[in-house]
Amino acid sequence: MRVALFITCFNDTLFPETGRATVRILERLGHEVEFPLEQTCCGQMHFNTGYQREAIPLVRRFVEIFSPYDAVVAPSGSCVGMVRELYPLAAELAGDARLAADIEALAPKVFELSEFLVKKLGVTDVGAYYPHRVTYHATCHSLRMLEVGEAPLELLKNVRGIDLVELPEARECCGFGGTFAVKNADTSMAMLGDKIRHVLDTRAEICTAGDNSCLLHIGGGLHRQRAGVETVHLAQILATTEEDTNP
Amino acid sequence: MVEDEPGDELMAGASGKETILWRIRHGTRDVPENERPEDVPIERGYRTAGDAGRDEIVEQFAERAAEYKAAVRRVSESELPGAISEALKRRGVEKLVIPPNLPEEWIPEDVETLRDAARPRLTNEELDASDGVLTGCALAIAQTGTIVLDAGPAQGRRALTLLPDYHLCVVREEQITGLVPEAFARLEETVRDERRAITFISGPSATSDIELNRVEGVHGPRTLEVLIAG
Amino acid sequence: MKVKTPDAFSKGKTPRFEESAKTALADTQLRRNLGKATKTIREKRKVVVEEMPDWEALREAGRSLKERTLRHLDEYLEQLEESVTRAGGHVHWARDADEANRIITSIVKSHEAEEIVKVKSIATDETKLNEHLEREGIHAFETDLAELIIQLAGETSSHILVPAIHKNRAEIRELFVRELGAEGLSDNPPDLANAARLYLRKKFLSAKVGVSGANFAAADTGTVCVVESEGNGRMCTTLPPVLVTLMGIEKVIPSWRDFEVFMQLLPRSSTAERMNPYTSFWTGVSESGDGPREFHLVLMDNGRTDVLADEIGRQTLNCIRCSACLNVCPVYERVGGHAYNSVYPGPIGAILTPQLVGIGKPGPDSLPYASSLCGACYEVCPVKINIPQVLIHLRGKVVRKKQDTGGLKSKLDPENVAMQAVAKVFSDPERFEQAQKLARIGQWPLARNGSIHRLPGRLAGWTETRDLRAVPEQSFREWWKTNRGTN
Repeated sequence: MRVALFITCFNDTLFPETGRATVRILERLGHEVEFPLEQTCCGQMHFNTGYQREAIPLVRRFVEIFSPYDAVVAPSGSCVGMVRELYPLAAELAGDARLAADIEALAPKVFELSEFLVKKLGVTDVGAYYPHRVTYHATCHSLRMLEVGEAPLELLKNVRGIDLVELPEARECCGFGGTFAVKNADTSMAMLGDKIRHVLDTRAEICTAGDNSCLLHIGGGLHRQRAGVETVHLAQILATTEEDTNP
Repeated sequence: MVEDEPGDELMAGASGKETILWRIRHGTRDVPENERPEDVPIERGYRTAGDAGRDEIVEQFAERAAEYKAAVRRVSESELPGAISEALKRRGVEKLVIPPNLPEEWIPEDVETLRDAARPRLTNEELDASDGVLTGCALAIAQTGTIVLDAGPAQGRRALTLLPDYHLCVVREEQITGLVPEAFARLEETVRDERRAITFISGPSATSDIELNRVEGVHGPRTLEVLIAG
Repeated sequence: MKVKTPDAFSKGKTPRFEESAKTALADTQLRRNLGKATKTIREKRKVVVEEMPDWEALREAGRSLKERTLRHLDEYLEQLEESVTRAGGHVHWARDADEANRIITSIVKSHEAEEIVKVKSIATDETKLNEHLEREGIHAFETDLAELIIQLAGETSSHILVPAIHKNRAEIRELFVRELGAEGLSDNPPDLANAARLYLRKKFLSAKVGVSGANFAAADTGTVCVVESEGNGRMCTTLPPVLVTLMGIEKVIPSWRDFEVFMQLLPRSSTAERMNPYTSFWTGVSESGDGPREFHLVLMDNGRTDVLADEIGRQTLNCIRCSACLNVCPVYERVGGHAYNSVYPGPIGAILTPQLVGIGKPGPDSLPYASSLCGACYEVCPVKINIPQVLIHLRGKVVRKKQDTGGLKSKLDPENVAMQAVAKVFSDPERFEQAQKLARIGQWPLARNGSIHRLPGRLAGWTETRDLRAVPEQSFREWWKTNRGTN
C-alpha cells in the first residue's frame, strides 16, 4: 500500500512535531510513508470563507498530487472533511465533470489519522506510553463530518500509563471555526470560555484532539490564562513510547 | 448553479398564480422534463404497524396519556356509567355539555345537560359558561398518549371540546391504535370522503413559553380526564 | 432590553450579525435565560428521539418527501388549490409580502372587522402583517402566550418556537402587571398563564376573523394543519366565522398519509414531546357548521422560488420550523435570536434569511458567517438539511457577488487582497516555502518565548483573549528534506 502523508499547510508551518509524530507512528507500524513535496494547502480556508473560485486551483492541485496513492493520511479531521465533503461542491462550482469524477475516486482514500489506524488498519494499540492525565476534545469535523466515532478514544485507552479523563460537553464546539474566530471574535471567545472551563474541570495536564487548529484555539486561551494545561495533538501522544520518557 | 435569476419582466400583467407557477418551473428546470413526482423515491423504512399485543397497547396508552397530565382511569364496560358520574361529581360539574349521539347510558341523571344539536346550536357563550363536556372519541394512539376527535358521533363539533374548562373523554379499548401511522391510515377515509375536521389531543392544553417550564392549562380545557373502557 | 429594530424583512438597513452579537453577549440575564432553556430542551429532545428505533428512517422519509414536493412544487400547489376549492375554501396566490398583506386586509375589511385574533405564524411576522393591519385601522391580537408577551413588550421574537425565550418569569410578571393591569399577580408560571387566559378569552369569543399560519397542507385532500400547545390555535381556527391562513408555498406535502411522517418528526424535534397537546386538521369548510363559515388560504412566495432555484440552497425549503437546530447551536445559545436581525434566527435563519431577501445586503450577508460550522444543526435536523453545506455555499455567493459587482472597492478590500495573495502562495510549493520562512522572520516584532500576545489589524480579534503560537524554527517539509530525502 502506497501511503502518502498530507501534512496540511497549517501543521507544516506551525506544528511540524505533529507531522513528525504521524510519520513515526506509521513507520512503527511498518508502513513506508511518502511525502509529496508539491503539496501545499487543500483550499479549506478559501472555500469556507467564500473565496471558492480561488480554492478551485488548490483543489485541482490536491487531486493531481494525491490521486496516485492507495491511501492519503492527514493529522487533521477538518482538512480531510474538506476533501471528502466539500470537494464535490468545488467541482460543481468549477463545472468540471472530470474533476468531479477524480474526486469521487480519491475521496474514499483520504483518511484522518485515527480513522486510518482504527478503521482502515484495524489497529487500536500503537504501542504508546504517556504517563499523564489527559482529556480528549472531539473536534466537530472529526465527530460530525467524518464520523470517526470512538476511534481516537479507543487509541487513547490503549496508551500505557495514561490517565484518561472524560471532558464534560466534549461534543460542543470550541469556537474556532476557521475565520469565524476572527470575524465573530466575540462569540468565538464566549464559546472558548466554556470549553476552557470544562477542560480545567477535568484537572487534566493535557488536552488533546485530532486537529491542531482547534488545539491552537483552546491552547491559545489556556496559555493566555496561564492555566498550566498544555494542548498536544493526538498523534504526538500516540507516537510517544517508553524510550522517550526513559532516556 | 444559478447565480442570477432573470426577473419577472416577462410576467408583467400576469396573475399571482401564473407568476408563481412560472417562477417555480423556471427554478426547477434542472428537474428532467419527463420526471414524474413518483419517480422521486420515498423510503418508507419506518414502522407503520406495531407488534404489541392489545393489553400492552392499552397499558401504554394509559401510561403515556397520564404522563402528559391527563387523569386516566381504566374501567370495565359495566363500571363506565358509575365512573362517569363519579368523575363529574368529584369535579363539581353541574352544567354538562353533551354532543349529539352520545350514548344515553353515559349521562348521569343528576346533572343539568346542555345538548348541542344541529338546531338549536349551543352558543359560544353557553359553552363558555358550562362546567365541562363529556365525549367519546374517534380513536386513540398508544405510542403518544393521544386522543383523536373527528367531529363524529359522541364528539360533536370542535367548539364543544374547546370552550369548557373540563373535558371528560371516554376511550374504548378497541379504539386504541399502537402507532401514529396506524391512526393516520384509519382517519384517511373520514378526511377524504367526509372532510371532517380532525383534532389530536395529547394531555390538557399546555405552554412552555415561560422559561420552557411546562404549565398545564392555557386556552383549551385545563383539565382532561380519560376513562378507558373495556 | 431589546427594542424593535428593523429586521431583514422590514425596510431599512439591518446591523451585521457580529455587531448585534457583541451587544447580546454582554447581556448576562439573556445568557443565563438562554443557556438554561436550550439545555433543558436539548436534553428532553434527546430522550424522546432515542426512544424511537426508526428515527433515522423517519428523517430519511421526511427528507425525501420534501425533495419530491419541491421538485414538483407547481403540480402539488395546483392540486392543493383544487382540493381546497372543492372543499369550499378560497385560495389566493401572493407573489410577495405586500400582496399577501393586501389580500388578508381586504378579506378582514370585507367582514367589517376591526379586531382579529392570530395564532403564532412566522409567515405573518415575515410580511409584517400586524403593522400593515394597524395602518389600516385593524388591531391584531397575538394569542400565543409568548407572542402576546413580546407584543405587549413591543419586542420581536428571539426563537422560532419560544419567541420569548429571552425573558424570565420576573420580567413577564412585571409586563403583565403593567400592560394587562393584573394587580397582585405572582411570577408563578401557572398564574402568568391564567392571566393570559382571562385576557384573551373575551377576544376569542368576539373576533369575527381569525388568522393563522400553517404547519403543513396536504395536496391530495386539501387538509391544512396547525400544530400547537396552548389551545389558542384551536380557538383561532374554530371560533371566528372567518379564517384566513397564510402559508409559504413550501409547506405543501403530497398527501394525507404523509402526515404520519411529519407528525412524528415535528413534535419530538420541536417541543421534545411525543406529541404536542393540540393539532388541528381542517379540510375547507364544514357542511355541518363545525368551525368557520368561510376559509381563505393564501399561498405566498416572497422569495421562496429564488431559494428553490438554487440547487444547493433548495434543501433549505425542507424546513418544518421545529427549531431543533437553534437549541443545539453553540452560537445561538450564546447570542440569542435577536442578533440575527430576522424573524428566522439560528442556523436555519442564517441560511434562510439571506436566500429569501437576496444576497448583497450587508446585514443578511453576514449571517452565513454566524457559524463555526460545527455541524450540530445538521445532526439533529429532522428533514436532514445540510446546514453547514448551505452556509458555505452562501458564503461563496456573498463573496462572488461582492467581487463581481463591487468594483474597485471590493478588489481593494483587505480580506480580498489577503485571500488573493495567500491563494497565490499556495499555488506553488516553492512560493509556499518562501512564505513560511518570511512568516518566521516577519513575526519577530510580535513573538515572545514562542507565542504571540497581540496581532495587528483585523486579526486582533484573535489575540484579545488568546495567545497565538509562534512559527517554529523548522517547518515540517524542511525536516522531511533533511531527514527523509526528497521523495
